[in-house]
Amino acid sequence: MTDLDLTVLLASIVAGAAPIVLAVLGETISEKGGVINLSLDGSILLSAMVAFAIAFQSDNLFLGFAGGALVGAMMAALVGFFSVFLGQSQVAVGFVLTLTARDLAYFLGNPYARLYGPQAGVNPIPWLQDVPVLGPIFLHQSVPAYLSLLLIPFAWWYLYKTPMGLRLRAIGEHPEAAYARGTNTRAIQFWYTVVGGLLVGLAGATFSLCTKTGWGRPQGAEGTGWIALAIVIFGGWHPVKAALGAYLFAFLQIMGIHFQGWWPSVPAQVFQVAPFPLMIFTLIVMYLAQKGSTRTSSRGSPWLRGAVRILSGSAPAGLGRSFKPE
Amino acid sequence: MRITLRDIRKQYGKVIANDGIDLEITEGSIHGILGENGAGKSTLMKILAGYTTKTSGTILLNGRPVEYDHPSQATRLGIGMLYQDPLDFPPLTVLENFLMGLDHGLVSRVEVYRRRLREMADHFGFHLDPETTVQRLTVGERQQLELVRLLALGVEVLILDEPTTGISSLQKQALFTALRKLAGEGKTSFLVSHKLEDVEALCDRITVLRRGKVEGEMGLPFESRKLLGWMFGSELPPPPCFERRAKEGVSALAMEGVSASGGRAGLGPCHVAVSQGEVVGLAGLEGSGQGLFLRLAAGLERPETGKIRVAEEDMTGKDHHAYRARRVTFLPAGRLEEGLMPGLSITEHFALHQKRGMMIQWPEAQERAEQGIERFRIRGSSFSAAESLSGGNQQRLLLALLPANPSLLLLEHPTRGLDADSVQWVWEKLMAYAAEGTSIVFSSAELDEIFQMAGRVLVFFNGIVVKDVRTCDTTMEELAKAIAGKG
Amino acid sequence: MLPFLENSRPKELLIRVLFITVGVFCLTSLVLLVAGAPPWPAFYHLFVGALGSWSKLAQVLMVWIPLTLCACGLLYSFRIGLWNIGVEGQVVAGAIASTAVLRFGVESGSPSLMIVMAFAGGMLGGSVWAILAGFLKTKGGVNEIFGGLGLNFVAQGITLWLIFGPWKRPGVGSMSGTEVFPEPLWLPTFLSARLSPAGLVLTVLALVVAAWVLNRTRLGLALKGIGSNPKAAYLHGLNPSTYFILAMGLAGGCAGLAGAFQVTGVYHRLIPVISSNYGYLALLVVMLANYRVWGSPWIAFFFACLNVGSIQLPIVLKLDSSLSGIIQGALVLTTLLVYGVRK
Repeated sequence: MTDLDLTVLLASIVAGAAPIVLAVLGETISEKGGVINLSLDGSILLSAMVAFAIAFQSDNLFLGFAGGALVGAMMAALVGFFSVFLGQSQVAVGFVLTLTARDLAYFLGNPYARLYGPQAGVNPIPWLQDVPVLGPIFLHQSVPAYLSLLLIPFAWWYLYKTPMGLRLRAIGEHPEAAYARGTNTRAIQFWYTVVGGLLVGLAGATFSLCTKTGWGRPQGAEGTGWIALAIVIFGGWHPVKAALGAYLFAFLQIMGIHFQGWWPSVPAQVFQVAPFPLMIFTLIVMYLAQKGSTRTSSRGSPWLRGAVRILSGSAPAGLGRSFKPE
Repeated sequence: MRITLRDIRKQYGKVIANDGIDLEITEGSIHGILGENGAGKSTLMKILAGYTTKTSGTILLNGRPVEYDHPSQATRLGIGMLYQDPLDFPPLTVLENFLMGLDHGLVSRVEVYRRRLREMADHFGFHLDPETTVQRLTVGERQQLELVRLLALGVEVLILDEPTTGISSLQKQALFTALRKLAGEGKTSFLVSHKLEDVEALCDRITVLRRGKVEGEMGLPFESRKLLGWMFGSELPPPPCFERRAKEGVSALAMEGVSASGGRAGLGPCHVAVSQGEVVGLAGLEGSGQGLFLRLAAGLERPETGKIRVAEEDMTGKDHHAYRARRVTFLPAGRLEEGLMPGLSITEHFALHQKRGMMIQWPEAQERAEQGIERFRIRGSSFSAAESLSGGNQQRLLLALLPANPSLLLLEHPTRGLDADSVQWVWEKLMAYAAEGTSIVFSSAELDEIFQMAGRVLVFFNGIVVKDVRTCDTTMEELAKAIAGKG
Repeated sequence: MLPFLENSRPKELLIRVLFITVGVFCLTSLVLLVAGAPPWPAFYHLFVGALGSWSKLAQVLMVWIPLTLCACGLLYSFRIGLWNIGVEGQVVAGAIASTAVLRFGVESGSPSLMIVMAFAGGMLGGSVWAILAGFLKTKGGVNEIFGGLGLNFVAQGITLWLIFGPWKRPGVGSMSGTEVFPEPLWLPTFLSARLSPAGLVLTVLALVVAAWVLNRTRLGLALKGIGSNPKAAYLHGLNPSTYFILAMGLAGGCAGLAGAFQVTGVYHRLIPVISSNYGYLALLVVMLANYRVWGSPWIAFFFACLNVGSIQLPIVLKLDSSLSGIIQGALVLTTLLVYGVRK
């Protein structure tokens, strides 16, 4: 391994994590309102394909991104429609959609495989890009990466500092109570699911137009959706923590590639599948933290207490349930 | 605001919950609505609050007729209700709960509302920390928050449904002071309760409901006796004390200093001993601790203090299956929610009770199912799915599934929803069990039932057993008083 | 409770089936048109590609076997109300276990015994993997969807590690998997048809056992009761946690058998995509079969036909073979739509 340039490493983490951050933020929004969008993985692939196809045909990157976003929104709308309005199980619909969307992506994307298309390059911010340290890392990125960076504080602000975000969180926690206070629970759940899907679509577009450009079978973004689901849980359904989780994952991925030589005994696959044991671990810690007995036993171990505090959070109480107004 | 209710009727299928209720309330008053379980007071208030729609009748506010069918519409008209089960958001903070529904626009005006919250809380002497999460608050504090929130929304009429269950006496005083202050400011309050003492202490006028109708109305000064009479109907003579079939000295169930939390009121330390063959009735308003008592006796809940013994054996802390092994059986009130398995037929329910063996003997299960259907007169075939049976028939099925010789039967509302004939016939069966030595402990909303069927009655009030007496040694009036908290 | 499709009267059912069939037909044609492909030739080639000859039929059956085995397992887990998304990982775990057994037994005397042991090992491997997810649920409060998902990826990771690490081919590890097992360790087939009679028998047996267990044993009834209402089942003397583990064990066992079959009968080695997605597909099969035994083998057969039929498409029509997945998904979605609208 050649000598490591820290800024290059950090910059590549920010760039590589951009689509994951977008997907994670989108799914967090959806789940905060109580709707879990299991079609994430397929959605990303389908929107990646559509984005590339449109960009290729029209030679217009913006249209490509817009197309991808639209596809993501439509997939989420399907999940929302089936679950919120038809009362079907969110898990069932999301799961079927994730498989079907992937197949659609491969099928319709066939003609576009291994073609060279437009790519979103780096757009450094003038003047500021020369700021030491921060400049090369954060200000020498592509537009989607900037978007992902900006969305993190925006999502946090929206969810925790605005009345609309409060309403969404209230619906996710106790839809019946929100309904009693006059909110149009179902419509709001549906729309936020769609918004979440829009971000997921953008994530897919970012893959095929920016991070892992082009289309193929496989594209390279396979599995990202499932990873995003895991990271949302690991982040305790909090946008900032979840985004940090995304960066951590990107970090681990890069470590897996670069540091093979340093730790030869650790197989590369460990880094690739790392989010999932972490997700399981988080869920267990959250569960044990809720059970009173652990509160007393964790007094003894500072490590466990720290873990409980960092990983604290709980799923929105209404997650996965379909709410029927009386 | 002046409120007039004219000829309010509410029907659920064949059940008439409100049967033509007229009420006239002046502003600036506190009006008490008294009544037994099932009298219709909750339904009436839910209609007023917009939570349920009335079948017919008119509501007038300040003389103007109004129509609404959603709680938020009622709130906009100035009517708000404090529900027994709080409709709030436990993981969110006090301030966020306060804001939700109140604040609109692009940015949260946090400071404005924080100040408002503090002013209002101080005005009533409430202490609410805006940053704690609601799930950490006590029931009383959650109530205070909801009260303040409704007032912030501009509510002029407050409906409180059994507000004093599960709150400390200090909080009760704070609540009462707040309500009196509101009355002084021209606001109207409805206090729905079964607790005579509270209602007498706080209200200006009392309306008593019984079986869906207004039984009587009274202003100050109140006569408790008359109120009780209106609440519980005419007096029944005490049953002749039948010879003790109970084997004195042979203990079936003993609760020593048992207390637990759960439901709204929890259960305070109680000492109860039930002998073999005794039939004990648990009286009191829903949620006063009877349900918790039964579940503790079944091993479905763990006590926080004390010991539970079944037939002299210490069973504290063991799980329900250990109790089952000692032939303790529990029949829940929620038949379909807890007692039966939707999607399974009657035969399948019986099949699950077959003794060991890997294979199900279907012919035998079917036969037992058909026997059960006949003996308990269940309207359904052995293939009927549990959820297709009517409520009454579900209850019959649960009874039919009872094991052969239970040592202790714990029944939550065993005859709820059954017609008079069925009730009588069910009790015949239960008495037959008692004659064989089974101890029966049951809760019931019908005081008559307890009075006639039980040899002994325990009255629960706010989580405490306030009366433990043989039925032949007491009167309906005394029991009624105890239930209302004046025993 | 699971999204059971409601039972309906024959006439209603017929209308629904008609609607679903027409709907899927239209959706698929639409997709084909968007791809610029003529619908009728595509359908024709799908059909011919699956049922056009005996050897094609044999291929279909070779897909049907592991798919139905997975479906059998899922019948147990669905019966108790669990979403066993981890079935994919259980297939892989079974494949890994049976590969391990075969590797140990490569030198040993009796190959038939080794094959049987490989299946036993596969069953055990899948079972253990599933029970792991079960314990995560009962002791750790981890929803079986996420536990299963996580374990799927972990199993996949272990596979890749084995293929590129300890079990790699001499020289350099490659995506084509571990070294191919010698012929005696291959599951015997019918002459040139490459169809394994043992596999067929095993699958039919699994179906019969599933029907028997679910409908005639106490275990089956207990699964049904708990799946319906765990609280009530507890009051009637059943312990939900125990049965969750049992159901998962059974589900994983069947999935493990599928994995063992893939190793011994199809690929004769461990490859990265040893499960061929049959686990996930089996979830769709069972959903369409309304979680009952009787419909599962037929729907699995139909799905297998689609899978095999679509292999032709890239060659004959220059279309991607994912068309089968699109049809399968459209079927389930249309069914959910038709039944959802009715509510």
